[in-house]
Amino acid sequence: MSALTSLTLKAALDGLADKSFSSEELTKAHVDVVAAAKPLNAYILETPEKAIEMAKASDARRAKGEAGALDGAPLGIKDLFCTEGVRSTACSNILGNFVPTYESTVTANLWRDGAVMLGKLNLDEFAMGSSNETSAFGPVVNPWRSEGSNAKLTPGGSSGGSAAAVAADLCLGATATDTGGSIRQPAAFTGTVGIKPTYGRCSRWGVVAFASSLDQAGPIAKTVEDAAILLKSMSGHDPKDSTSLDIETPDYPSFVGKSVKGLRVGIPKEYRVDGMPPEIEKLWEQGIAWLKEAGCEIVEVSLPHTKYALPAYYIVAPAEASSNLARYDGMRFGLRENGGNLTETYENTRAAGFGAEVKRRILIGTYVLSAGYYDAYYVKALKVRRRIADDFDQAFQKVDALLTPTAPSAAFGLGENADDPVAMYLNDIFTVTVNLAGLPGMSIPAGVDANGLPLGLQLIGKALDEGTLFSLGGAIEKAADFKTKPAKWW
Amino acid sequence: MAIDAATVRKVARLARIAEPEDKLEALAKELTGIMTWIEQLGEVDTDGVEPMTSAVAVTLPMREDVVTDGGDPAKVLSNAPKTVDGFFVVPKVVE
Repeated sequence: MSALTSLTLKAALDGLADKSFSSEELTKAHVDVVAAAKPLNAYILETPEKAIEMAKASDARRAKGEAGALDGAPLGIKDLFCTEGVRSTACSNILGNFVPTYESTVTANLWRDGAVMLGKLNLDEFAMGSSNETSAFGPVVNPWRSEGSNAKLTPGGSSGGSAAAVAADLCLGATATDTGGSIRQPAAFTGTVGIKPTYGRCSRWGVVAFASSLDQAGPIAKTVEDAAILLKSMSGHDPKDSTSLDIETPDYPSFVGKSVKGLRVGIPKEYRVDGMPPEIEKLWEQGIAWLKEAGCEIVEVSLPHTKYALPAYYIVAPAEASSNLARYDGMRFGLRENGGNLTETYENTRAAGFGAEVKRRILIGTYVLSAGYYDAYYVKALKVRRRIADDFDQAFQKVDALLTPTAPSAAFGLGENADDPVAMYLNDIFTVTVNLAGLPGMSIPAGVDANGLPLGLQLIGKALDEGTLFSLGGAIEKAADFKTKPAKWW
Repeated sequence: MAIDAATVRKVARLARIAEPEDKLEALAKELTGIMTWIEQLGEVDTDGVEPMTSAVAVTLPMREDVVTDGGDPAKVLSNAPKTVDGFFVVPKVVE
């Protein structure tokens, strides 16, 4: 039943509403394609029985006229979200067979609205990575391939499983998280839509912590409208997360398709970086032209501290990570590797349980927080962070949103950047500023490169103004008319 | 800023991660590479800039000081590597 899996979330919800098919049929179709997509390694845990059970319950609710906003829609869940009774690993050996006795708020919101869980999706270990290669379960393979090549490409990271699953029609939409670009870069690499909302929109409760002042959940979806439907369900105030914003969630889907006439869109000149492939430059120009045609006013703006965002991030994020990951001590949950004494047990547990990239970041974080370096590195980075946020404040006095490329390249080969951490970090050059400032950012598929690989454009909005991003994203989506899907090889 | 093997040994100890002696040099080189790249932050004039500790300018909310959760030791212990009679079992701490 590939017809059912190729539907958008919106079309599937309409089909469920007018009884064209049941959730059980829709879910079964997805369960089957998921089971047959092992070469992609997108799902690290499939929950077919649970899915069918949830689908049957959804059909029963619908029959009684009690269907919620997502009722019966099968989704994939990034394995950074704790799911009650279902193994949650953050793709780290240190969590091993951790089975949460609680449900993350974001996933609980999805189930409250009737969604169905297909399984848990692969990611970089603790969401630390840009290629999904740091996962303890091995990398996800991008469903897209370069024309005339069988080489395996990365789906991006850290939400590589989420992006690949959506691109390959292995779910109608997926949860993801974004600390430095982990929703938007994979979305760009896979021809999908991803939005990181304003910091505080989605509760972080029950999401395995990486860098708490930067982490935000959001959806990866097939269309802008699907992303709006999902984000509306995922968002909302949660007293269990002290940084969760106590404000009403707007009706995001109503912003999609709204006229963007008269909106002022800024083009930050500092995003024209050296060595940017001409195709990305061209796509950016194309995006500007589309928005002009749709009636937007294009304004050049300056974000002078852009080039310092990544180095500042690589102090702030590892510092917070080293603190957050201190909880993995082998005592209360997860892996324990015994040593001769307590300290040795801690050290052996963490040496065996964490992968190389996670260790690297814990060491950097510990170093920049250690006595003698705290002011020179950590406090300095927090001050630069303020400068970056101030740049955006200035720009948003003149414009309603910003348009940039999402990533500095199309999907690259697995293994290509594995030996050079800094080269890998540069993947997030256009996305990381948004996390530091706490702003919403969205990636929309806008075209393909010479090898037929998808490229994305990024929209950055004012704090709490996801609505404008959905309107502008809808306009770009309509103009780009990006309908290409990866040819099925798996 | 060059990070040497001795610094890596010290930081790894602080972070409670066992790093074998023969890996310290390679790690030192890697971390030096990253920290050298980070050094460019020194170019930014941050005189008089308040450090930004949170992405949202809100004061943390207060709540009533009452118990909202708990009373379920089986749940708390369900993922523990080792338990006895409702307790976590950890390696001997005091001789």
